[in-house]
Amino acid sequence: MAEVALRATDVVKEYPARRGPAVRALRGVSVALPEGRTLGVVGESGCGKSTLGRVLVGLEAPTSGRIEVMGELTSGQSGPELARRIQLVFQDPFSSLNPRLTVSTALAEVLDVHNLVTSRAQRRQRVDELLGMVALGPRFLERYPHELSGGQAQRVAIARALAVQPRLLVLDEPTSALDVSVRAEVMNLLARLQDQLALSYVFISHDLAMVRHISDTISVMYLGKVVESGPYQAVLGAPLHPYTRALAEAVPLPDPEVEAARRKASAGEVGTLGAEPPAGCPYHPRCPGAEEICRAQVPELLELRPGHEVACHVAARQPHAKETSP
Amino acid sequence: MSQPGEPLLSLHGVGIGLRRRRRSTEIVRGVDIEVFPGEKLGIVGESGSGKTLTVLSVLRLLPDPPVRLLRGQITFAGQDLSALDEKGLARVRGAEIAMVYQDPMTSLNPLLRVRTQIVETQRAHGASRQAASRRCREVLAQVGLRAPERVERAFPHELSGGMLQRVMIAMALAVSPRLLIADEPTTALDVTIQQQILELVEEIQSRTGMAVVWVTHDLGVVARTVDQVVVMYAGRVVEKAPTRQLFARPSHPYTQALLGSLPHQGTQHRQPLTQIGGSPPDPAHLDSGCPFRSRCPYAFDRCAQEEPALVERGPGMAAACWKAPEEWRK
Repeated sequence: MAEVALRATDVVKEYPARRGPAVRALRGVSVALPEGRTLGVVGESGCGKSTLGRVLVGLEAPTSGRIEVMGELTSGQSGPELARRIQLVFQDPFSSLNPRLTVSTALAEVLDVHNLVTSRAQRRQRVDELLGMVALGPRFLERYPHELSGGQAQRVAIARALAVQPRLLVLDEPTSALDVSVRAEVMNLLARLQDQLALSYVFISHDLAMVRHISDTISVMYLGKVVESGPYQAVLGAPLHPYTRALAEAVPLPDPEVEAARRKASAGEVGTLGAEPPAGCPYHPRCPGAEEICRAQVPELLELRPGHEVACHVAARQPHAKETSP
Repeated sequence: MSQPGEPLLSLHGVGIGLRRRRRSTEIVRGVDIEVFPGEKLGIVGESGSGKTLTVLSVLRLLPDPPVRLLRGQITFAGQDLSALDEKGLARVRGAEIAMVYQDPMTSLNPLLRVRTQIVETQRAHGASRQAASRRCREVLAQVGLRAPERVERAFPHELSGGMLQRVMIAMALAVSPRLLIADEPTTALDVTIQQQILELVEEIQSRTGMAVVWVTHDLGVVARTVDQVVVMYAGRVVEKAPTRQLFARPSHPYTQALLGSLPHQGTQHRQPLTQIGGSPPDPAHLDSGCPFRSRCPYAFDRCAQEEPALVERGPGMAAACWKAPEEWRK
């Protein structure tokens, strides 16, 4: 557990724009994930969380910054080497499965591409094993994606990611496209696989309840930067950044009593990707507690409590900053 | 919670289906829903539960062919909507009942400026050009768009998703409808924008007394916005209840399972969530039994033979289950 599965340091990703300055999707993001643990990444669309996932698995090269996977520097790398260590699972299983391949062919293809099997018998055995891992029986072997339900298709996508025996999975909204009644099943499967295979997860989602449920630590992103990160209880239970608080309050909870008690608006528009954030703290135009300094100076990510980092001038001045967490 | 007076909208015995040759397949069956003036009603269900088809049938907006209203009666303010001709229905659409959809881009014309579209909607219902232009500016400001004069000159592609959804709502409100049907209008939006839209509709509602039907799969949105809930599963209404009762004491095993599968305050970190085995059935291929029985922990012989009818369980409460909730609640 002491080993670090993933470390990203000051990762920047820019996309050239046809006119004007490049779009900076990631503006210096640092995250670390101990082996066998789960890092939750939350934020709204355009905050860069999916870009982060793609950069971590090598689907896109970062403009600058370091990425280490299982202790090896991988930034700028791509291809089979990296793919065997870290895999990405997408939101919509149907768009990540080839509609013309049966489940067994789709799984066998991965094994062949990576030269992981030497005989037909071995391939067959490994495919069975993979399906078993995601709790799908042999009757699914010859099915095509359109013959699967959303939950089954996502399980096949997970099995395919596991085919190369990666140490890490980046899960980008893995339950968001699924029916509410099958989300629990996929979440339980992910938790079980993690325990069985000692996998490390980066769990990217806007579903705060699910992120809180599975993550050990959580990073909150806003306009390409991490604004708060720390243990899940601290970040979502006692958030210090006003954006995290607004986000947590905006999520409607399935409890009418709680909902009746809380009715507060988050004022202002969200900054959008592409628009350069304003000077100073990127959140200040929406922040109810913004002060003079917030308009002038970019707050740094500071450790205000053990393991709990926050980028906020106002929070940094609060007395709780010096307390140790219980 | 009993409602005074006559319902504003009532659906009775609504069946919607596919008709091929002489065979018809009912994918929404026996739906009874009432909406009272000023009420906030939620229709909850997963994809394929028939919730969207049900609300589309109200304004005869079903994609016909292949899907059409096969049976049932739809009454709005005492008027039988199914008896109206296209012209009569056009007067109800927009003016009396407005709809907002999940994807605003599908209901806005990409070639026309926002102002043109909002003005045309009102002109179609008899407003003068001058009055319509004035009202356009007014409603855009009402939905919280900060520069209405800039937004009204914009084309849809120049606006963000949240702004477009506001434009859609502004367009719906421009004609002061008595009922707003909102079909997952916030599902594609970020939570902070969703919160603003929910608050906006609530604020307009408390000002104008408009009734709202929220169609959603999100139980959090239901808990936040509505007073009365209709739960749909496999094309049927399986439970109806006032919101608080529904969450505190669900009367249908499906509702109970759905609520139980979400992580909530009492859920231990990383502990297995309560799963609902299997997946929703295809409403086009149902047998005579209860459609939920294969996933129901309380199913017994009768559930396979006969489909339970929606039975009253208390004031404003009904469930379609052979077992009374006392039999399966711990």
